[in-house]
Amino acid sequence: MINAEHVRNDFPILNKKKQGQRFVYLDSAASSQKPMSVIESMSNYYKETHSNVHRGLYDASVEATRLYEESRKKLARFANSQPEEMIFTRNATESLNLVARSLGDQLITKDDCVLTTYLEHHSNLVPWQLLVQRKKARLVAARITREGTLDMADFEKKLDEQPKLVAITLCSNVTGTLPDIKKMVMKAHQQGAVVVVDGAQGVPHMEVDVKSMGMDFMAITGHKMLGPTGIGALYGKKEWLENMPPFLGGGDMIKEVKIQQSTWNDLPFKFEAGTPNISGAIGLGTAIDYLNDLGMHQVRDHEKKLFKHAYGALSERGMTVYGPSDADEKSGIIAFNIEGLHSHDIASILNERNIAIRAGHHCAQPLVNALGAVAMARASFYVYNTEDDIDQMVLALSHAQRILGKSK
Amino acid sequence: MNLYQENILDHYQHPRNKRVMKKADIRRREPNPVCGDDIEIFIKLRNGKVAEAQFEGNGCAISMAAASMLTEELIGKTPKVILKMNQKSMVQLLGVDPGTARISCATLALKATQNGLIASLNKTNKRHSKKGK
Repeated sequence: MINAEHVRNDFPILNKKKQGQRFVYLDSAASSQKPMSVIESMSNYYKETHSNVHRGLYDASVEATRLYEESRKKLARFANSQPEEMIFTRNATESLNLVARSLGDQLITKDDCVLTTYLEHHSNLVPWQLLVQRKKARLVAARITREGTLDMADFEKKLDEQPKLVAITLCSNVTGTLPDIKKMVMKAHQQGAVVVVDGAQGVPHMEVDVKSMGMDFMAITGHKMLGPTGIGALYGKKEWLENMPPFLGGGDMIKEVKIQQSTWNDLPFKFEAGTPNISGAIGLGTAIDYLNDLGMHQVRDHEKKLFKHAYGALSERGMTVYGPSDADEKSGIIAFNIEGLHSHDIASILNERNIAIRAGHHCAQPLVNALGAVAMARASFYVYNTEDDIDQMVLALSHAQRILGKSK
Repeated sequence: MNLYQENILDHYQHPRNKRVMKKADIRRREPNPVCGDDIEIFIKLRNGKVAEAQFEGNGCAISMAAASMLTEELIGKTPKVILKMNQKSMVQLLGVDPGTARISCATLALKATQNGLIASLNKTNKRHSKKGK
């Protein structure tokens, strides 16, 4: 079991107080906080071994390269892939755009179908919209059920349209819904589609095995999994990556350059043009060490426990909770509304008590609208959250109801 | 300072001039895509000044209170004066600065009003220039 009170102490920001109130951070789905070990690994790199990677013939560069590549290996092991299948990017959004541009532009032609779902974050929707617009192709979205889970029957029906590419999320950033990825990948492969998974919200919170799940690509972001901002990754099956053209051109991604043409570097470097985010990669590697020490099974169990606690408290008070109610079917996210109150007011009042939650459409407007709302409040949990955090939030919510209630 | 001051809560809980105007001279809807707030402003002009101002819509306490206060503030003002109003005017009306995170809530009704006035002025100008030909 995770001792979150103990874990909290590793995160300097969580010990910052405002008017005597400790910081209750319930917005990890937007971005997680960073433990001291991650912060230190990055500053140590700058203090002790900074230099560019993959080119220097002196100690500092050799060490920087070693640390950078060590992080890639850690990430690859974390997701059960090979290091050369793990391309460092800025974030999950860039990873998805890389696939849409490099693979999508080759694969998709006029009238082809791309299948996505109503569960998606804008980052796993807009790149495909741009792709089908470029190619005069079609974008189709599988519906959700009233409970906010993926409608598998509708997904299978839409697979009959023979999409060439299927883009799905590992975990919804609004409802926490966890679609049955393994089954969806299998069904999509039976129809001959390439499967791209948005792992931004799922990878930080559960054990992910790309080999057994079978997806062709998966986008990862570092800052939601205790790592720094500005570092993410794209997992891609070697067979695909080897046959895809580069995404960005420049240094490091080439083997031999002549004035008229060049040849491309081996994987994964073919897709990493220019000086990469070395400190970011090192920070991400340290974040993975931290998560491995806790154990991803423990992380998942801890979040399930927190969700159950929050779900009980909010539904008891008559609040509308969106998404599955069974903790086994979702990650540690709870989206809700209080009748007659606007989520922005709720978030502002909670902020006065040093409690951070998210409000709005959560960069997933089609999903929020499909659930019959324009905006919602959202609390999301991670390894440093305690049941007391949730109790503080619930108290503050009652306070908000008292202040803003129209029953006067 | 606490954002939810008594005057803001009063205007939110008991909004002034919150109803649809049937024959408005100026009518303008302005949604805020970030939070889903949605305000429609209605204005009746007499002798070049605002004679009546009303609003309809849904939104947070700040945007609703700001709209309610604004409909009172507009009365007797000329379009020229209203077009000069800005973020600062709304903070003054509310009596509290909602901060960068919420300023778009405070200015939504003003934005609707100003966009409505500009659209109506453009229409009048076009008509005049046509007549000139």
